[in-house]
Amino acid sequence: MSDEKRAKLTLPAEDQILITREFDAPRNLVYKAWTTPELVARWWTARRGTAKGMEIDLRVGGRWRYAMEMPDGQEVAFHGEYREIVANERIVSTEVFEGAPLPPEELEPNATVNTITFAEGEGGRTVVTMLIQCPSPEVREAILASGMEDGLQDALDLLEEVAREISHPR
Amino acid sequence: MSRMPTTADAFNAVAEPRRRQILDLLAERERPVNEIVGLTGLGQPQVSKHLRVLREVGAVRAREQGRQRLYRVDGEALRPVFDWVSRYQHLWEERFERLDDVLEDLKKDGGDDDER
Repeated sequence: MSDEKRAKLTLPAEDQILITREFDAPRNLVYKAWTTPELVARWWTARRGTAKGMEIDLRVGGRWRYAMEMPDGQEVAFHGEYREIVANERIVSTEVFEGAPLPPEELEPNATVNTITFAEGEGGRTVVTMLIQCPSPEVREAILASGMEDGLQDALDLLEEVAREISHPR
Repeated sequence: MSRMPTTADAFNAVAEPRRRQILDLLAERERPVNEIVGLTGLGQPQVSKHLRVLREVGAVRAREQGRQRLYRVDGEALRPVFDWVSRYQHLWEERFERLDDVLEDLKKDGGDDDER
């Protein structure tokens, strides 16, 4: 994986997460892969679980729900509602982690508002930007710290890299 | 050091934008206080205060050289912060790598072979 393709994660404000990634495909295809249930099922689970149904009702006010089954049989699911849709350009939706350690009535108020922007890059490439606006700094911390232990070893390897870069700058 | 700095301490230390700016400068190379003052435009008392906070959590170390005190970043102490951020980043990176494959398939399907 080349460096310029690696996702960039920054924390622009204490209640925000910003992720940027470039894709070697035109915008309409990236948008299609992002909004078609069968296609989302192929990438959203990462290597962590099996897709259990991706529901996408792509219209303002429409709901979405992504679920996957983890190797231990546990279901991990997220859902939300679309607030704004500009085909091939922009999607604004809410997102709730159904497994958050909160009383049920507090799940919805703790939803994040995610703005996904699809921008044309050079040479027919596409730059995807995801701004995750959290209701509070605490929610952002919880999201960033969220388990995903399967990927921990990989993450530790990546961490090594980052730590090395910091201690021994080029 | 009277107590081990906690992960929360490291997060608080780097939550302040000015302290992150100082960390960036120190990640480039070891620097004395007056250099940081010059580069950030902050007053010396402010810089010293930020450096003290960073030293308390172990994110920055100092050594004496002649009459100067030189500061540098200690990457090891900032591990919890990277750990915290990189796990989530890594999840997305794994998703995006798979999305790359999906996009390759879509391109092969001829969904978009027009010249741009």
